Amino acid sequence: MLLHTDTAPPLQPAANPYQPYMARIVRIQKMLDDTRVFTLRFLDESMVRSFRHRPGQFVMLSIPGTGEAPISISSSPTRPEILELCVRRAGRMTSSLFRLSTNDVVGVRGPYGNGFPVDDIRGNHLLLAAGGLGMAPLRSLLWYALDNRHLFDGVILMYGSRSPADMLFRDEMLSLAGRDDVNCMLTVDADPSGAWTGRIGHLPSLFDHVTLEPARTYAAVCGPPVVYRYVLERLLAAGFSKDRILMSLERRMKCGIGKCGHCSVGYKYTCLQGPIFTYWDAINLPEMI
Amino acid sequence: MKILKLPKDKLDYFASVVQQFGEVHAPVEQDGKYVFKRLTRWSEARLAYDRTILPPKKYFLPPKEPLLVYRPGEGYVAPAGDVQHRLVLFGVHACDVYALNILDLVFAGKYPDPYYQARRKNIAIIGIDCVPDGKCFCRSMRADFVDHGFDLFFCDIGGHYLTFVGSALGDDMVLATETLFETVSPADIDEYKRRSGAKHEAFQLDVEIRDLPEIFEMEYGSAIWDDLGAQCLSCGSCSAVCPTCYCFDMNDEAVLGSRAGTRSRNWDSCLFSTHALVAGGENFRESRSSRIKFRFYHKQRGFVAEYGRPSCVGCGRCITACPVDIDIVEVLAALRETRHAATH
Ligand SMILES: Cc1cc2nc3c(=O)[nH]c(=O)nc-3n(C[C@H](O)[C@H](O)[C@H](O)COP(=O)(O)OP(=O)(O)OC[C@H]3O[C@@H](n4cnc5c(N)ncnc54)[C@H](O)[C@@H]3O)c2cc1C
Ligand code: SF4
Ligand code: SF4
Ligand code: FES
Repeated sequence: MLLHTDTAPPLQPAANPYQPYMARIVRIQKMLDDTRVFTLRFLDESMVRSFRHRPGQFVMLSIPGTGEAPISISSSPTRPEILELCVRRAGRMTSSLFRLSTNDVVGVRGPYGNGFPVDDIRGNHLLLAAGGLGMAPLRSLLWYALDNRHLFDGVILMYGSRSPADMLFRDEMLSLAGRDDVNCMLTVDADPSGAWTGRIGHLPSLFDHVTLEPARTYAAVCGPPVVYRYVLERLLAAGFSKDRILMSLERRMKCGIGKCGHCSVGYKYTCLQGPIFTYWDAINLPEMI
Repeated sequence: MKILKLPKDKLDYFASVVQQFGEVHAPVEQDGKYVFKRLTRWSEARLAYDRTILPPKKYFLPPKEPLLVYRPGEGYVAPAGDVQHRLVLFGVHACDVYALNILDLVFAGKYPDPYYQARRKNIAIIGIDCVPDGKCFCRSMRADFVDHGFDLFFCDIGGHYLTFVGSALGDDMVLATETLFETVSPADIDEYKRRSGAKHEAFQLDVEIRDLPEIFEMEYGSAIWDDLGAQCLSCGSCSAVCPTCYCFDMNDEAVLGSRAGTRSRNWDSCLFSTHALVAGGENFRESRSSRIKFRFYHKQRGFVAEYGRPSCVGCGRCITACPVDIDIVEVLAALRETRHAATH
């Protein structure tokens, strides 16, 4: 079994796992019309210090009076004390989140899920392939790897967006292009502005520009279904073993703690045994993808 | 286990003593069916019943249960609920106790559920044996006998109830009656075994479960699921009445004109079309056939992978409740008997 759970010190399970802890919105960054990054800090200082997550884990975010939804933690555990959540407005809960402003309070419980198996990835090359909002869960792993750069061999980031304006964390991504310890490959499907000087083409086309060492690489993939389809195709063609391909799956979640039954895929609960699955797990569970 | 016996004519007296351990609920008759209900008089209790409409699950995982109250400035707090309320459920069948033992697995684990756990601690269970009817297959599901999960369990041996004492609380109940319970004789044990053997023979339904995971693995693409999908109304009755279905939804209700509110959970069903629906309209189990297949797979196959046994206890309730007569035993038999025509 590839995925294991002993990297981060376990958060003491609260006496009541359904109870959110209140956190203040300390910053809101507009990414796109419908996507914002909310930076949160727990009101309770002991929570600020004790909250530890693994890249790829998520929280259940509550908006008082509205509801709760699972959101990936976009910040890295190497940058503690705050949580960054990159949220797209999708429905009830996310819409009321977008009506809040700095200093408003929200509820947070977690972290939940398995997260990426960073201990297994150690010593290997890491390839991150993100499409669109898929950057939200992968960014946590990206910064974890960059802040612990000595633990990994090569780090390659492939990130595809519809247009330059649709690129999440754009300044951050562009700044990575100047670093020599990460191969940062950005691409856009199209550039209506004409100001983009980088690559134009779909995410999978980036594979034409790298030489990979599949037997010593873990690939972490996240994005909309079309990204999975074509990126997986390229990874398999490059010779990746199915258990070196890691993906984050999205399912309906109500409890986040393995009770409510909503997130089940086949025989597993996405909230406990996921949301990070190997491609091998994915194809071997009925109804997984 | 400590085993005693209670003279049948002392049952009424025992029931009156047991009231000091909590509010007594037992099966009572309602329009020709049975429901677990608070007794106003002991004489209302019907201990010779087939099955209650809803299983005792309703006491441990109520159909709707407030989990948290939100007040601006205070955050989320658990409501001063009734989880500490002491009850005695009198007359629970073995399959239903077994089902609670299965729910215990789900509501424990890495994140123990404090609401369920508190109720399990505060609700005493007095079990009673039963006579299988044409819809029972608990013997096949190995749930016709329980060795834990109850406080006392009564088995009819003629003039007495053979009594299994399953917990310290059960022992306290026995002691509270002082001299009501008697020691068992070898003849009582023989009589218990004779009756138990006869009960085994009385089952009309039989399901082989040893190789069910294997059969399910082979029949994932079976046309049987399409046929069932065409019949099923997605009404969710089978989940509501099932003692081991535990899916729930969580919803917030705001107090009008304020930001205060209550977060509750309520029973849900994997047969409902929204069960696997996510934002953006993607639904991982859009068709009815995929949903009814999921229910069967989760019970008979997924639970085995996770906990080593199917979650179905063979109580027969879903067979009784289904408005279009989908019968779990027939489905399992059909899956087993399916022959795939040669394709060459
Ligand atoms: C592990 C995980 C990580 C996620 N990370 C992010 C992220 O970083 N950023 C982001 O913008 N979105 C993320 N999502 C998706 C996000 O949870 C949904 O967009 C959100 O639940 C929509 O809620 P809503 O109330 O606004 O929409 P509505 O459509 O009104 O949803 C109502 C309820 O349905 C459930 N639900 C609906 N859609 C989803 C969904 N896609 N996944 C799970 N439950 C759903 C929720 O319980 C929600 O409260 C993630 C989902 C999962 C499972
Ligand atoms: S699936 Fe049907 S027979 Fe099995 S425990 Fe549930 S209600 Fe009873
Ligand atoms: S009770 Fe019958 S009709 Fe209703 S959801 Fe279950 S299988 Fe379908
Ligand atoms: S979200 Fe409730 S079981 Fe996974």
